[in-house]
Amino acid sequence: MTASATAVQMRGIHKAFDGTTVLDNVDFEVAQGEVHALVGGNGAGKSTLMKILQGVYSLDQGSIRIGGDEVRIGSIHEARAAGIGMVFQEFSLVPSLTVAQNIFLGAEPLGRGGLINDREAVRRAAEVFAEMEVHVDPKAVVADLGTAYWQLTEIAKAFGQGARVLIMDEPTASLARHETEALFDLVGRLKARGISIIYISHRMEEIYRIADRITILRDGRRLLTEKLTDLTPEQIVEGVVGKKIEGLRYRDRGHDVEVAPLLEARNLHAGERVRDVSFSLRPGEILGLAGLMGSGRTELARVLFGIDRLESGEIQLHGKAVSIASPQDAIAHGLALIPEDRRAQGLVLEHSVRENLLLPLLDRTRRGPLLNATAGRKLSDSLISRFAVKVAHPGRPVRLLSGGNQQKVVLAKWLGTEPDILILDEPTAGVDIGTKSEILEMIRDLADAGKGVIVISSEYPELLAVSDRILVLRDGTVTDDLPRRGIADEESLQLAVQGVHS
Amino acid sequence: MSQSIRSVPKRADSPRSLRGLLADLDWHRYVIYIAFVVVFVFFAVLLGDQGFLTSNNLLNILRQSATITVIAVGMTYVIACAEIDLSVGSVAGLSSVSCAMAISSWGLVPGILAGLAVGLVVGTINGGLVSLLGIPSFLVTLGMLGIAAGVAQWITDSAPQPILDDTFNLAFGGGDLGPLPGLIIWGGLFVGLGALVLNKTRFGRQVLATGGNRTAAEFTGIKTRRIKFQVLLISATVASIAGMLYAGRLQSGRFQWGAGDELSAIAAVILGGTSLFGGSGAVVGTLFGALLIGLINNGLILAGLDSSQQQVVRGIIIILAVALARKK
Repeated sequence: MTASATAVQMRGIHKAFDGTTVLDNVDFEVAQGEVHALVGGNGAGKSTLMKILQGVYSLDQGSIRIGGDEVRIGSIHEARAAGIGMVFQEFSLVPSLTVAQNIFLGAEPLGRGGLINDREAVRRAAEVFAEMEVHVDPKAVVADLGTAYWQLTEIAKAFGQGARVLIMDEPTASLARHETEALFDLVGRLKARGISIIYISHRMEEIYRIADRITILRDGRRLLTEKLTDLTPEQIVEGVVGKKIEGLRYRDRGHDVEVAPLLEARNLHAGERVRDVSFSLRPGEILGLAGLMGSGRTELARVLFGIDRLESGEIQLHGKAVSIASPQDAIAHGLALIPEDRRAQGLVLEHSVRENLLLPLLDRTRRGPLLNATAGRKLSDSLISRFAVKVAHPGRPVRLLSGGNQQKVVLAKWLGTEPDILILDEPTAGVDIGTKSEILEMIRDLADAGKGVIVISSEYPELLAVSDRILVLRDGTVTDDLPRRGIADEESLQLAVQGVHS
Repeated sequence: MSQSIRSVPKRADSPRSLRGLLADLDWHRYVIYIAFVVVFVFFAVLLGDQGFLTSNNLLNILRQSATITVIAVGMTYVIACAEIDLSVGSVAGLSSVSCAMAISSWGLVPGILAGLAVGLVVGTINGGLVSLLGIPSFLVTLGMLGIAAGVAQWITDSAPQPILDDTFNLAFGGGDLGPLPGLIIWGGLFVGLGALVLNKTRFGRQVLATGGNRTAAEFTGIKTRRIKFQVLLISATVASIAGMLYAGRLQSGRFQWGAGDELSAIAAVILGGTSLFGGSGAVVGTLFGALLIGLINNGLILAGLDSSQQQVVRGIIIILAVALARKK
């Protein structure tokens, strides 16, 4: 086969759920040995399209050809037999089994008498890893390995079962930087072997780095399929969102630098990760915290919010020294922390959107000892409309919302307490680009309303877009305090973070 | 037979020294065997002159543990699949009386079939409610515990049902094969078969996968509902055979046979190293879990403790062993 042979061809795909059209006449084509990026906002249909290809959903109309032959994919089994492999975002491994057992789960090599031949499975798993040029012990129990190994096992699982097309859904979401690099190298090697990769990601720089072509879906239709060399990032973002995105670009909001600080931290010490930190935050200001993993960004936020104990140093609010020994103290002093892991720390997933929103506000919806349902409903409805949360019904579990909308609920929940100072830890992690822009706009609105905002983020473009001032942390101390206007570009911020000074 | 020793990702350097090997060896997995040996030696020293070590007494321990072992092998599958079956004890009781009544009315073969039918019917109901309607197995089998016990009492008017068929009594636990009591052979058969199927067949692997991460198993193409149905069917069927073993050994069917066995069986399974949260299972461990419980019962009786004291000591030992077997 030549390099331009078609690996997957989906034609005129149509899919509706309960009468709502989710995919409307979508064409999607992946060439052999190609890395093809698939992007689109929440609800654009990309996950439905991929689930059809994997056999999770059946299609209403349309056809699928794989390697030139028309196939009917009615189950996950048939998809696998056709050579489609999936690397799941939330890993589909059984933690209590070994790497080799996971790789051949459901397709175990059998020996005498139809019994599983585990030795053969280990040998073949080792072969697969050798072919991938990575080192993983097939006999290790998955639960004992780190996330990067889980992902390699996922890939080996697909690869070991003869996949010719790999679907990767946000594969770098839980990887450290050097692990991401290793993954990209692996993608390159797979590509060289003629494996096609469908790469789903929100991260523009990754897409440009590894993908050959891109398909953009919007509202269930294909907007375009183009070579990446023919598109600018702005065009892609615009295509995904359907309008010009203003939120992601820096705007000088001209806040007042002369007013007295809202928050002043002096020589804070706490544990290994917060050492002699001093800074100030003015009303109306957005302060970005930059730093590598483990530089103490999150720990500083935890100290300010009273989760970790302050060992020495002083925190002043409105010019007065205060003691914040618990999150309750912090809330009483007008602080709010929006944590990094929204599913684990920010939301009760099984509870309704309304219950989640009202959780920090129970005192305000109370009449005597009882909660007042009408007042609660009014309050939550006003928050939902103020933050443009897309929700079918406020009484439905928050689990059913998309990542971006969940994040909006977390934001709305804390803003309902009307805090003076907001600390946001990775506020846009895992949300699509349109929602990201909305969230950044929201942060600006809050600052314009006179609140002090601290934003922690590992995405430099985001920090540069929203911050008025950026504090660089390294090994628990502040190494730079840079006004936004003094930072030329992303690269100079990156150098500052890594401690290289020009 | 049990799962392979867990190992850490390969490091390129250094051949493994003995110490390294020992450090890698996860002793938590072997707590049950260590506990078994420790308790055994303890009783042997303490009760050696009271007949603990006589072959008769040791065979007795094996024989007394055999029925629980059989039930616990079925239970291993259920728990490894992250479900539970609380109805096994009363299924055994119902099976014993159904079998006894059918033998006296229609003869040997219909009797055995009637006993098995109890397990198949109860297992189908349990499995169907859990896998099709998604009702937690804890609730389904808790209800079934009452239903099966009630039916057994009802159809017999609470009276024991004698079994006069000698072939049945000999085959189901009453007889010996050479020096070995038949019950022990039954126990060994179930342990051997259970271990083989769990460790060496696709079905066994699918049970572990379903218990370890149901979504992952589903996405791997495993029909997890079917697996859940099957483990509950297996467990009830195995319990019905255990009920017939009670009936054969005691030459009668009674609704009380097996009462409370669900708790001993669960304790044996957990002691044996099967995770209560599913995903890992060890049938040989289960055997030793059941033997440890039998050992303790026997030793405490020989030591002259009364039954209330026995219960307390047994409870303490079980909690201790499970606490030690935890990984973290």
